Amino acid sequence: MVPDYLKIDKLSCGYGRSFNLKDVSVSLKQGVFAGIIGPNGSGKTTLFKGISGVLKAKSGNILLNDVDLGNLKLSEKARKVAVVSQFPDAADITVEDYVLLGRLPFRQPFQFFESARDRVIARKYMQLTGVFPHAKKLMTQLSGGEQQLAAIAQALTQEPELLLMDEPTSHLDITHQVQILNLIQRLNRETNLTVLMIIHDLNLAAEYCDFLIMMNNGDVHIMGAPLDVLNYKNIEEVYNTVVVTQNNPLSGKPAIFLVSEKVLKEVQERYRQKGN
Amino acid sequence: MLQNRTIFWMGFTLVILLLVLAAALLSLTTGEASISLRDIIPVLKEKEGMEYFILTEIRMPRIILAFAVGGALSLSGAILQGIFRNPLVEPYTLGISGGAAFGVALAIVTGVHFTIGMFMLPLSGFVGAMSTILLVSLLGFLRGGTDINKMLLIGVMISFVASSSMMFLMSVTTAENLHGIIFWIMGSLDEPNRLLIKITFYSSLAGLVISYLFARPLNALLLGEDKAGHLGINSRHTIRILFLVASLLTGICVSVAGVIGFVGLVIPHLIRLIAGSDYRFLLIGSFLGGSFFLILSDVIARTIISPNELPIGVITGMAGGVLFIIVLNKFRNRKQYGA
Repeated sequence: MVPDYLKIDKLSCGYGRSFNLKDVSVSLKQGVFAGIIGPNGSGKTTLFKGISGVLKAKSGNILLNDVDLGNLKLSEKARKVAVVSQFPDAADITVEDYVLLGRLPFRQPFQFFESARDRVIARKYMQLTGVFPHAKKLMTQLSGGEQQLAAIAQALTQEPELLLMDEPTSHLDITHQVQILNLIQRLNRETNLTVLMIIHDLNLAAEYCDFLIMMNNGDVHIMGAPLDVLNYKNIEEVYNTVVVTQNNPLSGKPAIFLVSEKVLKEVQERYRQKGN
Repeated sequence: MLQNRTIFWMGFTLVILLLVLAAALLSLTTGEASISLRDIIPVLKEKEGMEYFILTEIRMPRIILAFAVGGALSLSGAILQGIFRNPLVEPYTLGISGGAAFGVALAIVTGVHFTIGMFMLPLSGFVGAMSTILLVSLLGFLRGGTDINKMLLIGVMISFVASSSMMFLMSVTTAENLHGIIFWIMGSLDEPNRLLIKITFYSSLAGLVISYLFARPLNALLLGEDKAGHLGINSRHTIRILFLVASLLTGICVSVAGVIGFVGLVIPHLIRLIAGSDYRFLLIGSFLGGSFFLILSDVIARTIISPNELPIGVITGMAGGVLFIIVLNKFRNRKQYGA
C-alpha cells in the first residue's frame, strides 16, 4: 500500500472563538490532484491556512511524509510546499523579480544574487504560465488574471512537492482557467506534484481533481472521488441549492447544472399537473 | 554572468560614490576660509598651520559625520518603510526623535548637562531614544506577536506624548535653557567630540552590513508577511532584527546630531523611483544617497548666510521636499524601473 504523503490529523485551527475547524482529518497520497470545495464560510480557507501555516494549529497536527510540518524550519518547508494565495500581493517589482523570489528557499547563506540555474527555472515557469512576455513589466502593471498567473509561476519556481492553491482560477477567463489547470494537471502527472486547491467552480473541480474534500460548517462533509462527492444529494445538502448533475460525455466526470427559480417552479407545476 | 540590472546597479553605485566624493571635496574647500582644491594636498602634507587645522579638525570630522548620519538615517528610512510596508514611515515616525529630544530637554532644564561635560547631552538624548525603542518593542512584541501596525501607532503616540512633555518643559524653563533646547532640536553637524563621530561612523557602516544580510528577505516582505513565510522567510524574526537595527541607528544619529529631518523619508523614495524597490540595491543606494544629500546640505547651510550658519534641518527640509516633488512628477509615467 502507498503510504500517505500529507496526513492531516484531527486539525483544529481558526479565528479565536468565532470560527474553528472541527478536528478535520484528511489523508492524501503523493501525486494526487485534490480539491477543497464547499460554500462560503464552510472552512475551506481556514483549512487551507492551517495547512500553509498562516493559522497556528490549536490541536492536531499535519504530517508531510511522516514529518510534522510544525517542526520544520520555514525554509525547509518552503522547499517542499508552495502556496498560491487568492489575492497575490502585487508589489512594485518586475514580474521576473517576483517569480525569482520563488528561489529564495534555496539560497545559501550570504548568497545575495540568484544563480544562473535559478534564472533558468524561473524562465521555464514564466514561459509555461505565459507571463514571460511581461517579464520586464512591473507586477502592478499587470491585470488581476496576469498577476495570478505570475503568482503560480512563482510557486512553481519553488519546484515544490506539494502545491497549495487558494482559488487559482478566480480572476481568469475560461481560456486561462483551462490553460492553468491543464498545466498543473500535466505537472501533476509528469512530476508527481501533489496538488491541493480550493476551488469554487464545481465543474472545474469535477473535471480536474481526482479527490475532492467537501467542507461544511468547519467539518468535512464527505470526501472521495468526484463521482461519489458531486451528486445532487450532497450538493443540495451542503449548498442548499437545487442542482441537476449529469456526466460529461467525454470525460465521464460529473457536471453540475444550476436551475433557476422560474424553471424550477415551471417544472414543479408540470409535475403536479401530470400527477393529477 | 552579469545581468543588465546588476550592471545598472553597479554603475549607479559608482555614480553616487563619485557624487559623495565630489560633495566631500566641495565641503573641504568651501567655508569662511576658502582653500582651493589644488592646495588641499600640499596643506595636508605640511601638517601644520591654520589651513591644516581647518581641514582636519573642523571640516573633515564634519564631512565624516554628515556621511554617517545621512547614510544611517536614509538607511533606517528604507528599512522601516520595508518592514512596515508603509511608504510614509521614516525614522522619526516611531517617536525615537521625540524621546531623544525629551531626554535632552530634561537634561538641559534640570541642569545635569553641566555635570559630566559635553557627553551629557548626547547621552541623555540616547537614553531618551532607547527608552522609546524599548517601550515600542515591548508593547509591539508583546505576547510573542509582531503586530507591526500596532507598533506604528504606539510609536506615533509616544512621539506625541514626548513632544507634549517637551513643550511643557520648554514653557516652564528659563529663556536661556529654551534657547539651548531649540538649538539642539534644529540639529547640527557641529560635533567637536571625535569619539562620538567614530561611534556614529562605525555603527552606520555596521547597520548597512547587517541590514544587507536581510536584503532578500526584505524583498520577500514586499509581498506581505504571509507570503514571505511561504517563501521560507521568518518574518517575525526579520522584522524584529531590522527594527532594532533601524531604531538603534536613528537613536545614535539623533543623539549626536539632533533632529535632522527629511533625509530618512525622501532619499529612499528618490532611490526607489530611479532604481526600483529591490533592497539589494535600495539599501546601498539609500545609504550613499543620504550621505551625499547631507554633505551637500551641510555645505549650503554653512555658506548661504555666511558668516552665520543655518540649521541644517532647514536645508534638508526645503531642498528635500522641493527636489522630491520635481522628481516625482518626472517619473510619474515611468514604465519600469532601472533596467
